[in-house]
Amino acid sequence: MSTVRAMVDTAGSQNPPADKRQRLTNGQLLLGLGIAMLAVLIIVTVFAPLIAPFDPSKTSPNSLAGPSAQHWLGTDSIGRDVLSRLIVGGRTTLLITAVAVFLALAAGLVLGLLSGYLGGMVDEIIMRVLDVVFAFPVFLLAIAVVAALGPTVPNLILTIAIVYTPAMARVVRGPVLSVKEWDHVEAARSVGVSELRLVLRHVLPMVISPIVVATSLTLSHTIFTVTALSFLGLGPPPPDPNWGGMLSEARQFMELAPLTVVGPATAIVFATLTFIVLANGLREVLDVGSWR
Amino acid sequence: MSDPTLILRVRNLTARIATRKEEIHAVRGISFDIAAGEAVGFVGESGCGKSVTARAIMRLAPEGTSIALGGSVDFMGQDLLQLDEKAMRDLRGRRIAMVFQDPMTSLNPVMTIGSQIDDIVRRHTELRGRAIRQRTVELLNLVGIPNPERRADNHPHQFSGGMRQRVLIAIAISCDPDLLIADEPTTALDVTVQAQILRLLMRLREERGMSLMLITHDFGVVAGMVERVNVMYRGEIVESGSVERVFAEPAHEYTRALLHAVPRLDTAGRVL
Repeated sequence: MSTVRAMVDTAGSQNPPADKRQRLTNGQLLLGLGIAMLAVLIIVTVFAPLIAPFDPSKTSPNSLAGPSAQHWLGTDSIGRDVLSRLIVGGRTTLLITAVAVFLALAAGLVLGLLSGYLGGMVDEIIMRVLDVVFAFPVFLLAIAVVAALGPTVPNLILTIAIVYTPAMARVVRGPVLSVKEWDHVEAARSVGVSELRLVLRHVLPMVISPIVVATSLTLSHTIFTVTALSFLGLGPPPPDPNWGGMLSEARQFMELAPLTVVGPATAIVFATLTFIVLANGLREVLDVGSWR
Repeated sequence: MSDPTLILRVRNLTARIATRKEEIHAVRGISFDIAAGEAVGFVGESGCGKSVTARAIMRLAPEGTSIALGGSVDFMGQDLLQLDEKAMRDLRGRRIAMVFQDPMTSLNPVMTIGSQIDDIVRRHTELRGRAIRQRTVELLNLVGIPNPERRADNHPHQFSGGMRQRVLIAIAISCDPDLLIADEPTTALDVTVQAQILRLLMRLREERGMSLMLITHDFGVVAGMVERVNVMYRGEIVESGSVERVFAEPAHEYTRALLHAVPRLDTAGRVL
């Protein structure tokens, strides 16, 4: 109930007005910061080709150059502009992340709702299967799947989606278990509402806020996983840039041209941090507490 | 069914509730009739099986349990215990409807009042488009919600407990059911509001010729509302008869105890 209440009166009751002006709570500040960071990420990603000063794949004899007015972050080992590669490479990394998390969320929603709402044997079977997936270390499973299926972008997306589905399903299932016993669900059932409609209109809306928070957190984890797998050579093949791959290529020259490492590393940290900040802000504002 | 004036004829109804740990015989073979337009009270302490009886008729199992039903529930010629789930869903809300105990939690908090009633009207009637909302407003008006057009767009938290119970009653009567089951409809309400809600139920029953199954632990509620009363104790009906008779000369010891549990003004008390 408390989550719902919080959704309804997020704007006011939690933060008593100091003086006459409403003071922002920490949660609201965090959320604002997270949204601002997300906006930066989205703008850079969407308009990448327009923003990038150079063609990210164009080589030049001027390799491993330090920062200059032309190349703000210098150039890499075959003379490509690091900043341009960062900007365009973010597209690949973030697109893989977004699609993978979307798939995990969709699968997690379906499995979590089925499992939590139907209960009994269905619940047991779904949760035990997911436990098996959950029990594998994320990277080991990802490496195994990508190695077996081949390092293509769709395979990478599929793998990451599979890896994060159990966590999503659990986040959905937990609150569904309690919400399905609430009176309004029985009241709706008592007037002939079908089970599917009960789930979609009377159960799902009550469990949205923990799902929103979990999705944001999963996005931050996934960015890290995607870059790590790309770093290990399981990501999209060169020459198209992506953050993990850039880090991997630059590693050997980090003493000569430290910016080629610092650049992608900073980008990864920024993107990861964005979703962590966003998740924490959402958690405070939506009053999710400690669902996870 | 032999007698056409009977709408509900329950014979030897049993309900066993299986939880993870144990099995409870909540209802142990009860039989009763409800005639068309009649109001029948079910009285008993909490846990005596009266709510389970109501849920058995509606075939609603409490969540997390499964309920095994026995006997027969003959509703206007159909044995409800033999119907499949789909037929049962079509019947719930349209022919038999229920008003629940706690109006604070029985409405969906994230849907507007109007859309919750719209859904049921759309589900069970031929009305479509704007006619649905018209019907919803009519219903809200009928149960005494002031400004029904505007209030229909409000969410449940903008309503008081009494108003929410009115909304739940509006939902329950939205499709003109033949039988209305009210499960402790006033227990969660203020005493002043209780009387209003009971009067509303009475009025609606008379206007629409519905039968009413009123479940309560409060003899005071039953007294002015129903013609006949069944007293339940430990899953059985221990006494049944007209309200006047049961009040004047309770036959069963448990009924006497229950009547004595209500403090009375017309008998002298004893100094403690």
